[in-house]
Amino acid sequence: MTPQEIHARLTERFGDAIGPWTEPERGDPHIAVAPGSLHAVCAFLRDDPELKFDYLQLISGVDWTDRLSSVYHLMSLSHGHGVVLRVDLERGNPRVASVADLWPTADWHEREAWDLLGIVYEGHPGLRRILLPEDWEGHPLRKDYAAPAAYHGVTNA
Amino acid sequence: MSANPPASPPRTAEQMLREAITDPRELTRYLSYLDRIKSEGMGTSVMVAPLEAAINWARANSLWPLTFGLACCAIEMMAVGASRFDLDRFGAGAFRPTPRQADLMIVAGTVTHKMAPRVMRLYEQIPEPKFVMAMGACTIGGGPYVKHGYHVVKGIDRIVPVDIYVPGCPPRPEALLDALFKLQARIGSDRPLAARWSKRAENELTGSARP
Repeated sequence: MTPQEIHARLTERFGDAIGPWTEPERGDPHIAVAPGSLHAVCAFLRDDPELKFDYLQLISGVDWTDRLSSVYHLMSLSHGHGVVLRVDLERGNPRVASVADLWPTADWHEREAWDLLGIVYEGHPGLRRILLPEDWEGHPLRKDYAAPAAYHGVTNA
Repeated sequence: MSANPPASPPRTAEQMLREAITDPRELTRYLSYLDRIKSEGMGTSVMVAPLEAAINWARANSLWPLTFGLACCAIEMMAVGASRFDLDRFGAGAFRPTPRQADLMIVAGTVTHKMAPRVMRLYEQIPEPKFVMAMGACTIGGGPYVKHGYHVVKGIDRIVPVDIYVPGCPPRPEALLDALFKLQARIGSDRPLAARWSKRAENELTGSARP
């Protein structure tokens, strides 16, 4: 199936929760999904026999300065097709359902997005920092992040 | 009455050295030791110089590095350890898996704030004498992460004392070898016994203890 056909399937099933087919100037063509429906959409993509997205390639986070996004690259090894989903989240309170129960890959990817961008994945089995030390303050890939002057007595200046 | 054979005057340390050492370069070196000993008020404790030279020779030619690499510089370090550059030729090829057996810490690669406490602990676990080599731009001053690298220690001399800096990103194997030679040369001029012997000489001069 082409991504456009997948988009049509999703719109037919989930209606308003699915945004228009988007082909940005830069980056991958993708489908915007309402945060509240993300888990249901992903479960459908994984379990529908015609779609059968059995492989989550990656989850990435984006800081657009006015909002955050969580982006999902999905692939079906059975059918050889792929699609990209994007959920836009409030910068002040970025929360979206975890998909770690659907694809175990999501576990570490969501921890990384939490660590570096502060996106909260609700229902994640253990949303802890994965790269930075546990006691690090802030989420460094946010555009307004300021590096600390020192960490444990070692200065950064 | 039998006359004792005429006592020959005691030979000076310099005379003894001139008799014992034939190689002019070695002699110059030992005479410079002697000058230093004299200038530091240690009398004619001539044994110190050759013994220190022997200790330094042993130390410099048997530097056991600690096996650890933190980033891409470690790849160059591995190349230096392998057959093409063969660090073992210079007595520094015995990479030890524990700091307790190592003399030399080659910090090869980016040190993050998360890693810094581990690096400090490894340094503290190395017995004296110990030497630290900061290999590559990251360990010298943060390298490419100096401005935006919130997670990188901007030079490992902020956390451990450094003996030799090896510039490069990463340094070529030849550069690491050169640093090793410089470190060995420096160890050659160390005074491992100086503190102990100057105390002894002091006692000798003040008569506070038997020499």
